[in-house]
Amino acid sequence: MKTKKVTVMAMCIALAMILSYLESLIPSPGIPGVKLGLANLAVIFALYKLGWKEAVGVSLLRVLLVSLLFGHAASLMYSAAGAVLSLLGMILLRRFDKLSCVFVSVSGGVLHNVGQILMAWVLMGSNVVFYLPVLILSGTVAGVVIGVVAALLVKRTDIGERKQF
Amino acid sequence: MKALFANKKLRADLILIAALLLLAGILFLALNHGRQEGGVVVVRVNGAEVERHSLSLSGTFPLNGGSNILVIQNGQAWLSEANCPDHICVRQGKIHYTGQVITCLPNRLTVTVEGGESDGVDFVVG
Repeated sequence: MKTKKVTVMAMCIALAMILSYLESLIPSPGIPGVKLGLANLAVIFALYKLGWKEAVGVSLLRVLLVSLLFGHAASLMYSAAGAVLSLLGMILLRRFDKLSCVFVSVSGGVLHNVGQILMAWVLMGSNVVFYLPVLILSGTVAGVVIGVVAALLVKRTDIGERKQF
Repeated sequence: MKALFANKKLRADLILIAALLLLAGILFLALNHGRQEGGVVVVRVNGAEVERHSLSLSGTFPLNGGSNILVIQNGQAWLSEANCPDHICVRQGKIHYTGQVITCLPNRLTVTVEGGESDGVDFVVG
């Protein structure tokens, strides 16, 4: 991995952490798991500009660091479950050139929420599926917003283009 | 040609979004189908039932060694206090239909409304 790639990846992790912190300042609507997923901007950026391994690094390091800094003991497990499922889906869908950034982002957002529900199911029992419809809805809406912004970022920045490495 | 591709991408986006909204709607209807006023609230910690209380009796119950305070009044249940940082469980409001859940993720605690009447002995505190 070239130095520049490492630097851009580190910048993405730092950005993801700051975005997570900013998001924690927004009051929750009162449904567990409903959030904008601002940090996914940095993950999608890394996925498109650096590659899938770097995106995995950005996402998992961000989850670990943010949970240690701002989270509670349980938040790491929910975030990690969501992040892993979301990454798998986004990496897979990214391979299809006919699918847009918004498609990848919406899938990632919904899969993140599904991953969290699955973890909550394991930890707390099946009654948490009650939240699934609203979490699919919120993941879709958040995914569209993040996807549109991410598409602009990917298009307008020439940082991290493959030819530079 | 470029515009055509853009349109195809947009179409895929819209199909995905529509499919997800439809899925959410169907799941919502399926989960809320035949919902009715519940009879008992069941408290679970780590997925295991720890206590149940009748919705028809008012009371205040410290749960999980006092980490959350459950209040039952006028056939509705809610969490009035929690020791977690985000207090999302408190903000989830009042529940009374069967299937409705209040969740406290940090304390791995759920409060679910279920049908029927409480068969055990209920005690009222406070």
